[in-house]
Amino acid sequence: MERYFQKEIECAPREEIIRIQNEKLVKQVKHVWDDVPYYRRKMEEKGVTPEDIRSIEDLHKLPFLSKADLRESYPYGLLGCPLKECVRIHSTSGTTGRRVVAFYTQKDLDLWTDCTARAIVAAGGTDEDVCQVSYGYGLFTGGAGLDGGSHKVGCLTVPTSSGNTQRQIMFIQDLQTTILCCTPSYAAYLAETMEEMGLAPEDIPLKAGIFGAEAWSEEMRRDIEQKMGIKAYDIYGLTELSGPGVAFECSAQNGMHINEDHFIAEVIDPDTGEPLPDGEQGELVFTSLDKRAFPLLRYRTRDICVLSREKCSCGRTHVKMMKPRGRTDDMLIIRGVNVFPSQIETVLLNHGYPANYQIIVDRVNNSDTLDVHVEMTPEMFTDNIADITKRQKELVDGMKAMLGIKAVVTLVAPKSITRSEGKAVRVIDKRKI
Amino acid sequence: MSVKQISIFVENKPGTMHDMTQVLADHSIDIRALSLTETEGFGIVRIIVDDVLETTSVLKQEGYVCRLTPVVIAEIPDEPGGLNRVLTIFHDNQINVEYMYATLGGGAKRALMIFRVDDDKRAERELREKHIQLIEQSDIAEL
Repeated sequence: MERYFQKEIECAPREEIIRIQNEKLVKQVKHVWDDVPYYRRKMEEKGVTPEDIRSIEDLHKLPFLSKADLRESYPYGLLGCPLKECVRIHSTSGTTGRRVVAFYTQKDLDLWTDCTARAIVAAGGTDEDVCQVSYGYGLFTGGAGLDGGSHKVGCLTVPTSSGNTQRQIMFIQDLQTTILCCTPSYAAYLAETMEEMGLAPEDIPLKAGIFGAEAWSEEMRRDIEQKMGIKAYDIYGLTELSGPGVAFECSAQNGMHINEDHFIAEVIDPDTGEPLPDGEQGELVFTSLDKRAFPLLRYRTRDICVLSREKCSCGRTHVKMMKPRGRTDDMLIIRGVNVFPSQIETVLLNHGYPANYQIIVDRVNNSDTLDVHVEMTPEMFTDNIADITKRQKELVDGMKAMLGIKAVVTLVAPKSITRSEGKAVRVIDKRKI
Repeated sequence: MSVKQISIFVENKPGTMHDMTQVLADHSIDIRALSLTETEGFGIVRIIVDDVLETTSVLKQEGYVCRLTPVVIAEIPDEPGGLNRVLTIFHDNQINVEYMYATLGGGAKRALMIFRVDDDKRAERELREKHIQLIEQSDIAEL
């Protein structure tokens, strides 16, 4: 039996969702026009006024917001209400440039944690469950988001935050944790550690995992599910919009329902900015309908994704987004094939390598070459050449399966991959086109 | 007791051996034996040193990935048939040699052979029984 946190809205008829979106959009555009001068200027430049936006049909008339806008308006430029109404900030890691700081009123936090509560209930959570939140707490939205949702569902919340693997496992065993929330790579690491400790899936009390905040593959899902004896659910979100819970997976485990009563999702052609019909792959754009403190309209996520309105077996009516294929700003075209560094990262993680890699693309005799440098780690190194080359071959095969083109894998010395400002340079494109 | 060999990952490109031995030289670490196995892209350097703990910590500190592997070191008389005698013992006992390399040391008229075998405990037992002289970790400093 499928359970819902807010059944009425999660399973609302299509017309009802559209009615809610129309109503909220008109109000939100007015709020932004009145209270966010930065966006008002953008609207004025485009010659749009709030009167032009009467329903979601008019959404395309609004200007986009990009990460660059957020950086430019750091820290208060996109604030939608006086600071005295705000009660919290969260912030992105700032790994791709300047940090983004997002603001929340108490109501913003409340609606956000409704979303994460929906995700927990969709994963089977009830007030009987013990929910261990192993996402980082702090500026990162992962910990706070799932923590709030877990409280709303009434789970016994175990706020371990990330790290200290031995303690995580101790709590899972001692408190009989049933739901684990963390990043998929940390889940994979925990699963592996528990396996090494000799814990069979039936010895592990966990029944479900809610894993998000980074790219992961179906293989990785199956591996984690098998080792822990759980069902693993994906969750999606961005700090800019609230955090995890913008979309979440249900029992169908086939795409994530976007909380359409709080967000409007569009897919656009990343080059022209034109909206694309459902089912076509493009860049995901979100309009937040309820956020008061940080009300972003038509925010370009740079995630490449497909939306599906096919009827879902779980009974929810909200549109589903498929797992993002990668990001617009780092897509490479190699031998005519779209390649995302995140796909290569997924293969590495799935094979037990850390995501320390560098992609070198070149053109030799008019043909593109793809060379992936992977740093050797103490865990992967053995004295046996045959073992190492076998693992190397597994990586090559894994990449071929994931990308559809052949890559050369070169094992390099630890820490030899150039890092600038602490973050590795992931792609070197030597092609002169 | 087998001897602990240090295996080190190196890239197969100019200068890597130089850089690695530089680290050891800077810390006055004496290499008692060394072998290098290479593939197209990378190599494994295997060394025998006196102070294993210090050497591995120095290497790790300098960012090298290394691993300890138990090896058996046997004294071989420097005469025709010397090596064959030891290998005959392995053969008779179905002990598989994964790789081996030689080093001088231990005085005149004998060589030291370093063996990586699938069962070092059994290899040592059998060699001892046949009165083959084995080198212990504590002997390395004296070589």
